[in-house]
Amino acid sequence: MSELYRRYGRGLTFLFVGLTAFWLLVLVILPDFKLLESSFRPYLPVAEVGGPRDVYSLGNYAQIFGNAVDFNTFGLHFQIPARVKVFVLTIIFSGLVTLIAFLLAYPLCFYLAKVASNRSLPTLFLLLFVPLWVSEVLRSFAWYIILTLKGPLNALLMTLGVIDKEIRWIDGYSPVVITLVYAYVLFMVFPVYNSMQSLDNNQIEAAEDLGAPWWRIHWRIVLPHSKPGIASGSVMVFMLSAGSLLVPALINSTTGNWFTQTIQGIMMDGQDWNAGAAFAFMLLLFCTLAVILAMRVFGVKLSDIAK
Amino acid sequence: MSAGIDLENVCCDFGNFRAVDNVNVSIQPGEFFSFLGPSGCGKTTILRMISGFTDPTKGVIRIGGTDVKGQRPNQRPTALIFQNLALFPLMPIWENIAFGLEVRGVPKAARRKRAEELLALVDLHDSADKMVSQLSGGQKQRVAIARALAVEPSVMLLDEPLSALDLKLRQHMRAELRAIQKRTGVTFIYITHDQGEALAMSDRVGVMSQGRLQQVAGPREIYNNPVNGFVASFVGENNILTGEIGPRADGMAAFQTALGTFRARIADGVTAGKLYVRPEFMTLQSTAGAENSVPVTLGEVAFEGNFISAHATTDSGVEMVAELRNDGTGSIPQSGARMHMAFEASAAAILPDANVAKG
Repeated sequence: MSELYRRYGRGLTFLFVGLTAFWLLVLVILPDFKLLESSFRPYLPVAEVGGPRDVYSLGNYAQIFGNAVDFNTFGLHFQIPARVKVFVLTIIFSGLVTLIAFLLAYPLCFYLAKVASNRSLPTLFLLLFVPLWVSEVLRSFAWYIILTLKGPLNALLMTLGVIDKEIRWIDGYSPVVITLVYAYVLFMVFPVYNSMQSLDNNQIEAAEDLGAPWWRIHWRIVLPHSKPGIASGSVMVFMLSAGSLLVPALINSTTGNWFTQTIQGIMMDGQDWNAGAAFAFMLLLFCTLAVILAMRVFGVKLSDIAK
Repeated sequence: MSAGIDLENVCCDFGNFRAVDNVNVSIQPGEFFSFLGPSGCGKTTILRMISGFTDPTKGVIRIGGTDVKGQRPNQRPTALIFQNLALFPLMPIWENIAFGLEVRGVPKAARRKRAEELLALVDLHDSADKMVSQLSGGQKQRVAIARALAVEPSVMLLDEPLSALDLKLRQHMRAELRAIQKRTGVTFIYITHDQGEALAMSDRVGVMSQGRLQQVAGPREIYNNPVNGFVASFVGENNILTGEIGPRADGMAAFQTALGTFRARIADGVTAGKLYVRPEFMTLQSTAGAENSVPVTLGEVAFEGNFISAHATTDSGVEMVAELRNDGTGSIPQSGARMHMAFEASAAAILPDANVAKG
C-alpha cells in the first residue's frame, strides 16, 4: 500500500484501491451476503415482506428433505428425498469428472513438460487453446450432436465394427460427465503442467540411474512433485463441474439431473429465490467440505494449492 | 565388484555439432580416472554415454567387458552423481539412500538398516530422518554418494560434484572422496574442469578439448610432460614463446624467436609449435646465462608467502612471469630492476598446438 502510494501518488492509489474494493465489496460480497440473508427468510407475497410472518428460519434448507423416492444401488434398496439424491449424485459425478480429467491430463502434462521439444511446444499449446476460441455453449452443444443416437460417435464405432448396435449415450449422467470433462480438462492441464515443469530433469534421471522402472519414477518422483498442481487443478475442475448449469441444461438426459438444475427450477420456474438461495449455499458448503475432505485424504495443504 | 570401462572410437554428434570425437580409452577396474577439460569439451557427454542417458553416434562402450549398447541407465551397473546432486527433496534422507534398494524390492527394515550403514560410512550419523533441505552442502554431497553406493555399482560416475561447495569444503571432500573410493574399491570416473582436483585425486587423468582426448596419463606425467600446448596451458601456468624450430639432436632442439634462440626438449614428429616453460622453472639472475636467458625489466613483484611471483617484460614487450621459491633470506627483487630471466633447457618444451578436428 505505502509502496503503491510512493510510486503512483495519491490520486492513482486511491483509484486502484477504490476500484478493487468496489469490485470485492459491492459486486462480490454484498450480493452473496444478501442471498445468504434471504435464504433464511420464507417465500412470501410482496405485500407480506417485512410483515409478521417474515421471520428467520431454516425452513428453506429443510425443503431439501421433501418428496422421498426409491433409490436402488449395489442391490441396496431404500428411500431417499429426491433432491438429496440429485445433490449426492452431483457431488459424486463431479468427483468422477475430476478423476477422469486428471487421468487425461497427467500423461499429456508429462509429455508437454518433459518429453516434447521446446520447438514443438507453441504448436501443442495452440492446439490445446484452439477449442477455447469457440464459446462454451457451442462446444457443449457440439457434444450433444456427437453423442446422439444417430450421431457421428455411434456411426464411427459402427463403421469400425466396435459395436453392432447404437449406444444410447444420452442417458443417465454419461453425457454430462463426458461434456464436463471436455469443458474443464484444461483447468487441470495448466496447473499440473506448471508443477511438473518445475521438476528438475536430473531427479527423473537420478531415479532411472538408480534402477527405477518408469512407473516407479512416476509414483515416487513425478507424482509427489506434481501434487500441488494436481490439487489446485482438481479443486477447480470439481468446483466448476458441480456449479455448472450450462452443460447439464444443454445436454442432460431426463434421468441425469444436476443439482444446479434443481436450483434453477426453484429460482426461475418456482420464483422462490429464498429456497433457491438456501440450496445454492448448501451446494457451496458441501462442495467445500468435499474439497477439504479430499485434501485431508491426499495430504495436501492449502498453501500447496495457492502456489 | 568393480568393473573396467573401455571406450572404442566413441563419437557423439548433436545435429551438426560433434561433441565427442573418436575417443579411445581403457579405464581399469578400481581406478580413479578423471576427465579434465573446459566446459563444452565433451566430458559430460562421455559420462552420459557411459551411464546410458545419451547414445554414442559411433563406437563401442564396454563396461566390465560387455558391450552396453541398448542398455537403459536402469540396467547398467553404473551410478551417477549429478552436478546438482538431484537428491529427492520430498523423501527423508534414508529413503533417498535406500531408493535404489526399494526399486530392487528389498524389504523396508533391511533398507533402513542398509541406509544407516551407508550414512555411517559417509560420516553422517543421526541424519536418517532429516529432510534434504535440512542438510548443508557438504552433507548433501555425502548423501548423494551414499545413495549411489547403496546400489553397489561397479562404476561410480561423478559429474563435477564438488563445484557447488566452497573452497574449504571442496578440499576436504576431495580427500573424503578419494578415501571412499579406496575403501570401496569401486571404479570412479570423475568429471571436472578444476585441474587441481583432477591432479590431486586421480590415478590417471584424461585431458579433453573440443571433443577430443588430448592426453591420458598420470597426474605427474600430465603436468611435467604435456603432449601439446593445450594440455600444458590448461594444466598449470606457462610462459609461452612463439618461433621456429631449428636444428635438433637427442630430443632437444633450437627454437628461434624474436628474443633470440633457446634450447628446449622436443618430441619426435613435432614440426611446428611454441615453447612452454612453467613459471616455477624460471630464475632471475643479474647476469646473462650461457643459454636460455633473456634480459627483462621487472614489473609487479608479489610476495605470496611460500613463493614470490615476479612479472617482467622483455625489451620487445613480451610478458613473462617467474615464481621464485621463498628461501627465507628475505631478498626480494625490486620492481623496475633490469635482470635476466633464465631457464634450464630440460625444463622447457616445444609443443604442438591442440589436437582438434580440422575444418
